[in-house]
Amino acid sequence: MGLALTSILVMALLSLTIGVADMSFGAVLQGQVDDALILLASRVPRTMALILTGASMAIAGLIFQMLTRNKFVEPATAGTAESAGLGLLVAVFFLPTVPMLAKMLLASGFAIAGTVLFLRLLDRLPRHQPLLVPLVGLMLGGVIGAVATFFAYQTDLLQYLGIWTTGEFSGVLRGRYELLWITGGLALIGYLYADRFSIIGMGSDVAITLGLNHRGVMWLGLLVVSVITAVVVVTVGSIPFLGLIVPNIVSRMVGDNLRAAVPWAASLGAGLLLFCDILGRVLRAPYEVPIGTILGVLGSAVFLMLLLGRHSHAVR
Amino acid sequence: MPSDRFVQIALPQTGQAPLDRARARVLILGALSLVALGLFLTLGVPGGAWGFALPFRAGKLVALVLVAYAIATSTQLFHAATRNQILTPAIMGFDALYLMLQAGSVFFFGAMATQDLDPILKFSLEVIVMMVFSTGLFLWLFSAQARDLHLLVLVGIIFGTLFRSLSSFISRMIDPNDFVVVQGATFAQFNTVNIDLLWISLALCAFTLPALWALRHQFDVLALGRDMAINLGLPYRRVMMITFATVGLLVSVSTALVGPVTFFGLLVTHLAYRLLPGARFGPTWIAASLVAVISLVGGQAVFEHVLDFKGTLSVVIDLLGGLVFLTLLLKGAQR
Repeated sequence: MGLALTSILVMALLSLTIGVADMSFGAVLQGQVDDALILLASRVPRTMALILTGASMAIAGLIFQMLTRNKFVEPATAGTAESAGLGLLVAVFFLPTVPMLAKMLLASGFAIAGTVLFLRLLDRLPRHQPLLVPLVGLMLGGVIGAVATFFAYQTDLLQYLGIWTTGEFSGVLRGRYELLWITGGLALIGYLYADRFSIIGMGSDVAITLGLNHRGVMWLGLLVVSVITAVVVVTVGSIPFLGLIVPNIVSRMVGDNLRAAVPWAASLGAGLLLFCDILGRVLRAPYEVPIGTILGVLGSAVFLMLLLGRHSHAVR
Repeated sequence: MPSDRFVQIALPQTGQAPLDRARARVLILGALSLVALGLFLTLGVPGGAWGFALPFRAGKLVALVLVAYAIATSTQLFHAATRNQILTPAIMGFDALYLMLQAGSVFFFGAMATQDLDPILKFSLEVIVMMVFSTGLFLWLFSAQARDLHLLVLVGIIFGTLFRSLSSFISRMIDPNDFVVVQGATFAQFNTVNIDLLWISLALCAFTLPALWALRHQFDVLALGRDMAINLGLPYRRVMMITFATVGLLVSVSTALVGPVTFFGLLVTHLAYRLLPGARFGPTWIAASLVAVISLVGGQAVFEHVLDFKGTLSVVIDLLGGLVFLTLLLKGAQR
């Protein structure tokens, strides 16, 4: 854990120093106004946004996998992210003047509805076919995404569609990312209720026998997952695969006790996102490769390895 | 055997009645496609503009018919060879693989080199690379051991995501000035067809048509599965390689002409399977191609000239196709 935190700290510092504009810590300390402005208005928000998003998306994936008892589920393979995007489009079209917070609330509502729909579909699937679950989720996401594309095409909002389909942090500035702190709060709730989510992961029979309010905890988990996803989609765009690969790695390292797994997932998620973002900034400097693209390549490759090297305990 | 649930083995048709019904249905489909072609050429042409509109639309029409044929054929071939009816080359992201190759060639050789190349020569090279790639990947995935169908479908979809992400990654790595050269669409555009490659595509499709027709009975045997096919004396590996190479070729043709269309193949083949239940490869193939022509040409005519929904036919197809795919999955799971 100490090593993980140190490497995050190092990468966070790196993330603060990399960028097109010239900025040095020495100059900030000497009182250079320009350098301080770059640091406080652009670099610090970006780094904070990366850490918050990475940690909370990883925790959302972890909780989602417990709720569905399936290791291949995450907001992007369950239609949650696409529903949130559709909600954002609807908000932009019908209520263009309301503040960002209201748009985010509408997107959260859509995300919750999409996730409930996914869970309803899951009830109709046989338990012994674990791979069917992400398949259904991916297709549900595809269908919702197609509805969103059609809507965007007809209303000239294709630009907005582009914003949420590929996550990107280059637009993060002071004043434009603060909503992400909500995900931090939700991730904390996830940690406080970690034991209960672990019990949910043992199945409803066990959970009810142990005296857990099964319905209540399911709803809490669903809310946490959906709202985290919606906030991330609204502020930086969809971050694919992070919620899938990080929990799988953590589960191999420390097992499925969420109390132990949540801190690991948070730090690995933040670290992975910082790493991908730094990579995206240096690969083609001064241009940027969006983080959604890098994670798309990296995440699908890891997912394929998880699927094809199936001696793992990823499939229970 | 979970993987057998989705397999519908083509049984020999018994008696004259179903055969007649099948023939009648194919004839009706043929008539309907002629209507669709007519509508596409004539709908909404203003009075004095016939001299311009007819040749202009005819070029687009040929391209759309080629795309319909290529997608229906590649999907059905793929279904026969892999013995499932859910996965299609497009769902496996082979159109994305083609776009990735295009972006890759600009990245490695530069925009100038690729632009100076004769478009037909360039296209032929891309087709050859695609054929090699698809044969290799499919043989690796499908002939090793019998794998769980859900695993294959999931792996296929994730391969699709990988190819799509790689192609957008490569296009980001290209100099932004060169990027214009490759800027691939994220969804298909049926009203801006790439006419440059029309003739070579036509030639390629005209080449596959009689060859596949001659092989149609072998595909029936192939659909019985590896062991059965080998028992019946089919040169299994060779037929598989021919099949997958043809799939690679046809996917290149359709992607080069209009761009990626994820679910179209799934839609039209399943309509054909429904219309001709239990029919052999040959009749089903004709039916699937005709259904594809009707829905693509007719759909484009209606979308462009009646509904004024320019450019969204592919999105509607993706929506319907996604729903069909979901239903297939859920139905297969419940049986």
